[in-house]
Amino acid sequence: MTKQINNLAAAACALALAAGSLLVAPATGAADNASNIAKGKAIAFNRTKGNCVTCHTMDDGESPGNLGPPLVAMKARYPDREKLRAQIWDPTAANPESAMVPFGKYKVLTTEEIDYLVDYIWSL
Amino acid sequence: MIIHSVLQKLVITAAAIGIAAAVQAGPAEDRQAFIDAYKWKFPNVPTEEYVNGVYAIDKVGRENWEAIEEFPPYETFIDAGQAMWEKPFANGKGYKDCFPEGPGIAHKYPHWDRKQGMVMTLPLAINQCLEANGEKPLKYKKGPINNILAYMAFKSRGQVTNVEIPEDDPRALEAYEKGKKFYFTRRGQLNFSCATCHLQNAGMQVRTEILSPSYGHTTHWPVYRSKWGTVGTLHRRFSGCNQNIRAKAFPAQGEQYRDLEYFLTYMSNGLKLNGPGARK
Ligand code: HEC
Ligand code: HEC
Repeated sequence: MTKQINNLAAAACALALAAGSLLVAPATGAADNASNIAKGKAIAFNRTKGNCVTCHTMDDGESPGNLGPPLVAMKARYPDREKLRAQIWDPTAANPESAMVPFGKYKVLTTEEIDYLVDYIWSL
Repeated sequence: MIIHSVLQKLVITAAAIGIAAAVQAGPAEDRQAFIDAYKWKFPNVPTEEYVNGVYAIDKVGRENWEAIEEFPPYETFIDAGQAMWEKPFANGKGYKDCFPEGPGIAHKYPHWDRKQGMVMTLPLAINQCLEANGEKPLKYKKGPINNILAYMAFKSRGQVTNVEIPEDDPRALEAYEKGKKFYFTRRGQLNFSCATCHLQNAGMQVRTEILSPSYGHTTHWPVYRSKWGTVGTLHRRFSGCNQNIRAKAFPAQGEQYRDLEYFLTYMSNGLKLNGPGARK
């Protein structure tokens, strides 16, 4: 049952990915942005910081959990960057039952770290 | 979304502590909702399998576990516990004098102790026995308490969990409600409740760990955990789970964890004891 839902989610993501690549203009490749993305990735993968791979399949993360949905095609699914930031800042605002950590609200990460993180996640 | 409404029902009743009259739900209804949630999630898992924790739902882990159970790593602890049981205290008395019904009594705990006005657990009863006989009490998480508990658990195998919440003492229900509230309260910097992981997301994976259902959590203690390299108590496990979410752990055998154990064990009423256990 859960597997089926996950497969569906993955399929939906794949579709979104295909649509996303058509709709979203390629990144301009500004050096700034690339370094932000790299910083964001380090935060996401660090077990004492974001540790996102514990719950999400994402990028080249090893042994991911499946408690949360795969993080793919993020620009297509979050055209509004602020919405994405809000999900990471406090997922319980959108879903009071959310099992995701309120990274900003509970000061697990700093504002600066979250900004890098959003750059990175948005690039997925 | 049945799981969601079940969860809500339980959470709502948890929130309604203090205005119990407004809600018709009691422990029996809670337990039914709790079990229904797992039955809905895992329709193919037979009831008696829940005593095996995560191995009721993790096929791969189960194979390793079955291999481990061929030469149980907790066996030496049972033997050491039997020696403790048989060795007289300095005053000539022994555990037998405190527990005249013998070592196979784990199913009688936890219970509501009317006289002391608190939830009595087996580890606490063991230490009260020691102290009453002029012996030093044992530590509650690691060490020799696990030996005596392992022996008593082994002798209690096959007994059925049957926690009662006596209706003629409102303090018992209060302790149960506190335990339930603890189970559903989010805490720690990571903002998880026990229910977030072991009810709402049971069966999901965090990294490579599959989250076990809470139904059956209390049937098999102490547990030999490969990660610990030894046996540990239920309250040691509670502290570990609290620390994982960056919450302050509560004292083992303090009121919070005893009430939590009262609630959790009541949820597992009807399940057979199968301790000690082995987990990765
Ligand atoms: C303990 C589990 C857990 C961790 C750790 C976690 N998440 Fe999540 N995440 C979830 C769950 C569950 C959802 C599903 C939506 C909800 O309940 O909020 C989710 C949803 C999301 C979404 C929305 C996805 C969508 O499809 O709309 C984003 C974006 C996200 N997470 C990013 C992150 C980032 C970035 C991190 C690390 C900094 C992270 N998550 C860490 C559990 C987690
Ligand atoms: C962030 C997730 C998480 C939270 C929150 C959490 N646990 Fe756990 N717990 C785990 C994991 C992972 C394991 C090891 C795998 C398993 O058996 O579920 C575990 C194991 C256990 C076990 C051992 C199960 C067995 O059969 O040996 C018990 C008992 C337990 N948890 C109780 C609790 C209680 C009570 C709380 C709340 C105070 C809690 N947990 C909170 C993740 C969590």
